[in-house]
Amino acid sequence: MFANVLSALSIGFLKTLEIFGLTLVGAIPLGLLICLGAMTRIRVVKYVIRFLVWVIRGTPLMLQLLVIYYGPGLIIGDNWWGSGEHGRFIATIVAFIINYACYFSEIFRGGIQSIPVGQQEAGFVLGLTKAQIFFRITLLQVVKRIVPPMSNEIITLVKDTSLSRIIALQELIWAGQSFMKSAGIIWPLFFTGIYYLAFSGILTVVFNRIEKKLEFFRV
Amino acid sequence: MSLLEVNNLKKSFGKNTVLKGVSFSLDKGQTLSVIGPSGGGKTTILRCLNFLEIPDEGTVKVGDEIIFDAAQTARLSDREIRKNRLHFGLVFQDFNLFPQYTALGNIMLAPKLQAASSPEMSREKNIPPERIEEYCLEILDRVGLADKKDHYPHQLSGGQKQRVAIARAMAMNPEILFFDEPTSALDPELTGEVLKVIRRLSEEKMTMIIVTHEMGFAKNVSDQIIFMDNGLIAEQGTPEEVFNHPKNPRTLEFLRGYTGLE
Repeated sequence: MFANVLSALSIGFLKTLEIFGLTLVGAIPLGLLICLGAMTRIRVVKYVIRFLVWVIRGTPLMLQLLVIYYGPGLIIGDNWWGSGEHGRFIATIVAFIINYACYFSEIFRGGIQSIPVGQQEAGFVLGLTKAQIFFRITLLQVVKRIVPPMSNEIITLVKDTSLSRIIALQELIWAGQSFMKSAGIIWPLFFTGIYYLAFSGILTVVFNRIEKKLEFFRV
Repeated sequence: MSLLEVNNLKKSFGKNTVLKGVSFSLDKGQTLSVIGPSGGGKTTILRCLNFLEIPDEGTVKVGDEIIFDAAQTARLSDREIRKNRLHFGLVFQDFNLFPQYTALGNIMLAPKLQAASSPEMSREKNIPPERIEEYCLEILDRVGLADKKDHYPHQLSGGQKQRVAIARAMAMNPEILFFDEPTSALDPELTGEVLKVIRRLSEEKMTMIIVTHEMGFAKNVSDQIIFMDNGLIAEQGTPEEVFNHPKNPRTLEFLRGYTGLE
């Protein structure tokens, strides 16, 4: 029995990992774009972007998942995502990327805006270009500042992947819960907690290492 | 002929006019100190000359080249602005060292990037890239900090930070070095070491403009003093003229405030 549970949970955990990985791969660049949009001098773009970020950050991710997955089918009568597990997976990734990109964009914006303008000015008076100033002066300082909030957010993402259970995506929680119906046991569901704990534990160690690496200077 | 000629410089921020028409000139090798009450426009002059602010009116001439003329409505390209900036070096009140680079790294960053990306703009053309480190170390030695070359800014005292910042500005080999209240962010016991470095540069005939509240220092090292008040030059002359025989009652009032403290 234990071996059965373990293999079922591991399959579910793989799905969880996929959501986690693909969300990061999509949300970090998209978050950067949104961050630039939220700081642009073009007012229309700035306000539209800030409104969008406000909506996404102000509503539950679970609601966003439901709207994104069921919305197209129910509103325009056309299920964009396709049927079955694959459709649910695509919808989940889209919802997670949009949601996390908005959170990341605010972290990036805070990080960039926290660097004193004097750093840029010091670069200017030395005759450096804007690109040189960004890549050689500002960037590492921003990275150092955003590592702690990003690590919080990324560890939250590990646990948020379980929200996709609401549209019956077959991730870790779904895998644990399935034993309640099929075998009448609840411990596999509780056992999923070990996976989350182990994974977020590893991430904590990794982020602590990164923070240590950046301790050679202060901002 | 003057090395620097500033003519009728004006700058407003919204409704607040900070510079109301400032003109002065500076000869090669001279030290000019700008004194006056806070908010009088002293710092804005330096920021305008470095194109951190774009003046609303006026011209700036370096040697026989007009590097800025507000009447030429065509906007300067980023490249032109960068080239113009390299005539001058600026030392900031709060140092603005780059925290992730060592003392030597701070000094080498711009010369190295310049040599790699736009060597034609570099003012220390004769130095081959592989000698930049040696050259920068020499400059760090001139401010007495060669032994701190591998220290990061947070490991240095305020006075040491400012000396590194001076070395960083010198490494670009500017024609004129500007100081914006270089000791205002320092503890009183640390100002001496920074003033000593500036004094030595003055003796070595580096052309300099120093915005400062250190009246005794300004009187000692300067060839020329400008007293700025309310966006205008209220008094201008040799230290002897300005400090001992001020013509403008406003200058007298300002200087009394200082002697009163001593």
